[in-house]
Amino acid sequence: MNKTLLVAAACVAAAIVAGCASTPSAQDLDKLTLDLMKASFRDEGIAKADRLNQDLGQRACSSDKAPAEAVAKQIEAEALASIKWPAGGQYVGDWREGEKLAQNGRGMTWTDASADPKANGANCYNCHQIDKKEISYGTIGPSLWNYGKNRGVKDVADPATAAIVQYTWGKMWNSKAYAACSNMPRFGHARLLNEDQLRHVMALLLDPKSPVNQ
Amino acid sequence: MRRLLATTFLAAVSAAAFGQKSAADGIAEYRAMLADGNPAELFEAKGEDLWKQKRGPKNVSLEKCDLGKGPGVVKGAFVELPRWFADTKKVQDLETRLVTCMETLQGFDGAAIAKTPFGKGEQNNLTALATWIAAESRGMRFNLPQGHGEEKKMYEVGKRVFFYRGGPMDFSCASCHGEDGKRIRLQDLPNLTKNPGDGIGFAAWPAYRVSNGQMWGMQLRLNDCYRQQRFPFPGFGSEPTVALGVYMGVNAKGAESIAPAIKR
Repeated sequence: MNKTLLVAAACVAAAIVAGCASTPSAQDLDKLTLDLMKASFRDEGIAKADRLNQDLGQRACSSDKAPAEAVAKQIEAEALASIKWPAGGQYVGDWREGEKLAQNGRGMTWTDASADPKANGANCYNCHQIDKKEISYGTIGPSLWNYGKNRGVKDVADPATAAIVQYTWGKMWNSKAYAACSNMPRFGHARLLNEDQLRHVMALLLDPKSPVNQ
Repeated sequence: MRRLLATTFLAAVSAAAFGQKSAADGIAEYRAMLADGNPAELFEAKGEDLWKQKRGPKNVSLEKCDLGKGPGVVKGAFVELPRWFADTKKVQDLETRLVTCMETLQGFDGAAIAKTPFGKGEQNNLTALATWIAAESRGMRFNLPQGHGEEKKMYEVGKRVFFYRGGPMDFSCASCHGEDGKRIRLQDLPNLTKNPGDGIGFAAWPAYRVSNGQMWGMQLRLNDCYRQQRFPFPGFGSEPTVALGVYMGVNAKGAESIAPAIKR
């Protein structure tokens, strides 16, 4: 007999004595939470109420417990299939622009005027160490100092580096392709950054001339 | 004044950057310097006046307001909120309970106050009242009641709200506040899924924010979290915000309240 059934059986037994109204099931609480959320949030500026609508991954990763393995695999497979690879195989832009984007934590809040990627920063330093010269960095994500150097990238055009270059693009486009419940936003998939902006952040991480790789 | 504070802040941070101390130590030192003269005291004084003053269409004071420990009992009320109130048949946090008292005792329009933007009109008075009421429980330990079925239910809802992922960046409260020892930039992030320690997280708000020179209650603190989560706008005093208060407050059981605190 599974746990849910046991709880249900206990509830029926208890109901005869005292009633079960005070112990709603987990499913009831999930439904109640969703109803209360939908009733309590409203549009403000560019932040519309439909931002509460969850896709499979958001829903499956909304708990202190990890999703079932099959669900995690499905999220990752769908995310991987969603990745749009850069036009003309051009993966790398200008690391100087990448550093500016990495420093910029703006965008997508209800106090921001536009949801166009051009109005957004890449938010990188909020969560990652990148260039060691910047001491104000967050620690939710891993350190990215020497990201390219540690992975042996000497020339981003060298076919030998193709795997790491592609992985890095994919991770930024849709982080959930490699970890179903990753904390990292899906910068390409959610249209937080455009292709040019992604190329610049790629350069910051991978270009051997970038200060990150010194 | 504000520019002076900002300069002090930069000095403290750069001292930390070049010295042996961590940046967090530098910021803690800076806060300690400021705590000698926390501007929250001005809001406390205003709040106490507002509590005793005859106001509103009915021209009465709030001195008979029941914050959960009986009419007029202020000391110790803050560390037991949010809680169930039989008269409204709702679990209420400090700010929503104050709105109830302003409506029933003083004759204010509660819905109009809830719709008033933060920092305007009666919302300003609400913040001052919350600041004074919190200060009356300074040094006491959180001990939210969980005896009523609705209080237990709101804890469970609050936990679900806390982990609810959504928006263009896939964030939930747990994205930043679900693990120990994390930071955004230099800002330490309390782990709010458990007791984060004395005077940390739920046990620090209302707080005076030096960076913008404003006094913030818990409702505004949560509102700004949701802004940064890139969520839509949570209604003032809405059930998810109160449920989050229950979740954080129950998790903080035994933590000492330092509210009103001073923040960067």
